[in-house]
Amino acid sequence: MSTDVADAAGGEGGAPVRAHEPELVQLLTPEGERVDHPAYAIDLTPAELRSLYRDMALTRRFDGEAVALQRQGELALWVSALGQEAAQIGSARATRRTDYVFPSYREHGVAWCRGVDPLSLMSMYRGVTNGGWDPHATNFHLYTIVIGPVALHATGYAMGVAKDGADMAVMCYFGEGGSSQGDLSEAFNFAAVNNAPVVFFCQNNQWSISTPYEKQSRVPVYQRAAGFGFPGVRVDGNDVLAVMAVTRAALDHARGHNGPVLVEALTYRMGAHATSDDPTRYRLAEETAVWERKDPIARLRTYLERQSLAGADFFAHVDAEADALAARVRDGLRSMPDPGPTEFFDHVYAGQHALVDEERAQFEAYLSTFEETTR
Amino acid sequence: MTPPKITALSMVRALNEALRSALDEDPKVLVMGEDVGRLGGVFRVTDGLQKDFGEDRVTDTPLAESGIVGTAIGLALRGYRPIVEIQFDGFTFPAFNQIVTQLAKLHARSEGVLRLPVVIRIPYGGGVGAIEHHSESPEAYFAHTAGLRVVTPSTPEDAFWMLRQAISTDDPVIFFEPKRRYWEKARADLSSPPAALHAARVVRPGRDLTLVAYGPMVGLCVEAAEAAVAEGRDLEVLDLRSLSPIDFDAVQASLERTRRMVVVHEAPVFFGAGAEVAARITERCFYHLEAPVLRVGGYHSPYPASRMEHEYLPTVDRVLDAVDRALSY
Ligand SMILES: Cc1ncc(C[n+]2csc(CCOP(=O)(O)OP(=O)(O)O)c2C)c(N)n1
Ligand SMILES: [Mg+2]
Repeated sequence: MSTDVADAAGGEGGAPVRAHEPELVQLLTPEGERVDHPAYAIDLTPAELRSLYRDMALTRRFDGEAVALQRQGELALWVSALGQEAAQIGSARATRRTDYVFPSYREHGVAWCRGVDPLSLMSMYRGVTNGGWDPHATNFHLYTIVIGPVALHATGYAMGVAKDGADMAVMCYFGEGGSSQGDLSEAFNFAAVNNAPVVFFCQNNQWSISTPYEKQSRVPVYQRAAGFGFPGVRVDGNDVLAVMAVTRAALDHARGHNGPVLVEALTYRMGAHATSDDPTRYRLAEETAVWERKDPIARLRTYLERQSLAGADFFAHVDAEADALAARVRDGLRSMPDPGPTEFFDHVYAGQHALVDEERAQFEAYLSTFEETTR
Repeated sequence: MTPPKITALSMVRALNEALRSALDEDPKVLVMGEDVGRLGGVFRVTDGLQKDFGEDRVTDTPLAESGIVGTAIGLALRGYRPIVEIQFDGFTFPAFNQIVTQLAKLHARSEGVLRLPVVIRIPYGGGVGAIEHHSESPEAYFAHTAGLRVVTPSTPEDAFWMLRQAISTDDPVIFFEPKRRYWEKARADLSSPPAALHAARVVRPGRDLTLVAYGPMVGLCVEAAEAAVAEGRDLEVLDLRSLSPIDFDAVQASLERTRRMVVVHEAPVFFGAGAEVAARITERCFYHLEAPVLRVGGYHSPYPASRMEHEYLPTVDRVLDAVDRALSY
């Protein structure tokens, strides 16, 4: 089963399939069958399994709603996480409240699990703010658009955690495209040298806008860790159970003062890179179709149904919850107020700054002349 | 395949034609960057080039701007003429070290022996409702760095010719493309260059005051000048076109005609190009000035979220407000 996923990774895009595809940790096959793995076990109650399904289904729903709302002009942009729900929910649910999470810009499912309101995510993509939530409230850092710098922030944060002797770990999300940035290599090295309690979590969704992974790198992402002196593992990113098991183990490893771990979750970006993107220009529908058969949500649903762990009433309830969430997001977004015209001056510095004060005063005076003339 | 000599086209298309003709004429010319190949770039400026010139000439790079510019420098040292695309203004900074410490300085360090004919194309500026890092105007950092030539077209015709001229320059050129003007069509004469790469140009002659602008703000200043006609004011608009060097002779000549000047750019006013223009003009022709050279531009704040950008950016009203102030001296 594992080679099946790995083959598809390189197959359809026209790139050569590597002779020795690495092993892929898997606990739930695309057909929804539970399989064992010698190194990674997971034992979840039926309620926990159902809640994983619920988180994935609700994430997919508000994510899809955001795409629609962007089309209606309510958002400047949206980057869909469609297809990556297992990688995001499985890894996020492996974190503890006390762990600190650094996302990239597509981790809507992780945000959901950490308790960040989808409307907060959307306020950024609407253009109301460049942030959107208080990272201290949920230990979920702000989204960062520039690819690369955050890996070093996560590493530094983890170095601080180690200095404090705190019982926690740091999660750092990035994409396989981002793995090409020099900052990522520096982060791997700093984390290794400092034995920092950080888990680098790569969602290898195969595409960096139009660029397939074959053009980013000659080795699977997880293998890079070995060169820096720490463990790397590749997991089926569409298998929520395997992702959760592998991430739990990685976080335990980091919390146990054993240094960083690199997790590569092999998944697929089912949608466009962003609402501004047209993937038909660079990839084949056949490739997407192959990955549709590995859908993370359908897979868990099949398992839950076959094992009689969830019935029709459960799924109907989740659907109703999803409808309500979508409606709340729609209404919340449509009635979200615009920022005031001088708000961009508010937080340039923590302290007072003469130039900001002067420019703000001038701008306010300018705006007030307008009010007078219209009166 | 060769475009008609006089035609109406967008800036995106004009840039595409310039790249195409350069690739066609010189086998040493290369195009490289993120998603420039099969996709044709996120703005489609390189559309179709990989198909026609091959992956060896038009290359999708790994996602690493320092890597892109650093290897472009190496390719230039080996005799190639790389044209690099940075996807958006805000992503220039991972390459800043390569640009400022290496690209800008190698010619001087080698006492003139080494040539670095690298063009770095950067879609820049705001007004397009984008998320953070997609609307910035970082030109001052580069103009401040000796060894780099910095230019920015405002029309499709200039885009075509200035890119051709930049590619044939033996120095590194930072080529800023005003993304908010990418899709505006205008008549362009592709048969002969309208001006030298670093020459400024009077876009609209006038008698009462000169609006100095470049890139995305030229169109806005023309609009402002047209609006001012109703108030009986005759404003000149001067398109700098180049920020390093700046054609100060042209700026001075205009000022000596109009005696008043307002400089307009999207970039923050503080330490911006307008400060340089104002200072030089004050030094060169103090006694011709009827008023201080005023500036209109961005504020001392990170580029704001897009729902505030229309407050942050210069508007016709803000330009006319400055014109009022300059004329009231
Ligand atoms: C430094 C930098 N360069 C370029 C970009 C433009 N960009 C945004 S997303 C993206 C592709 C990222 O691919 P990947 O890291 O695989 O993450 P994914 O989008 O697939 O989640 C690019 C090139 C950027 N955001 N930051
Ligand atoms: Mg990717």
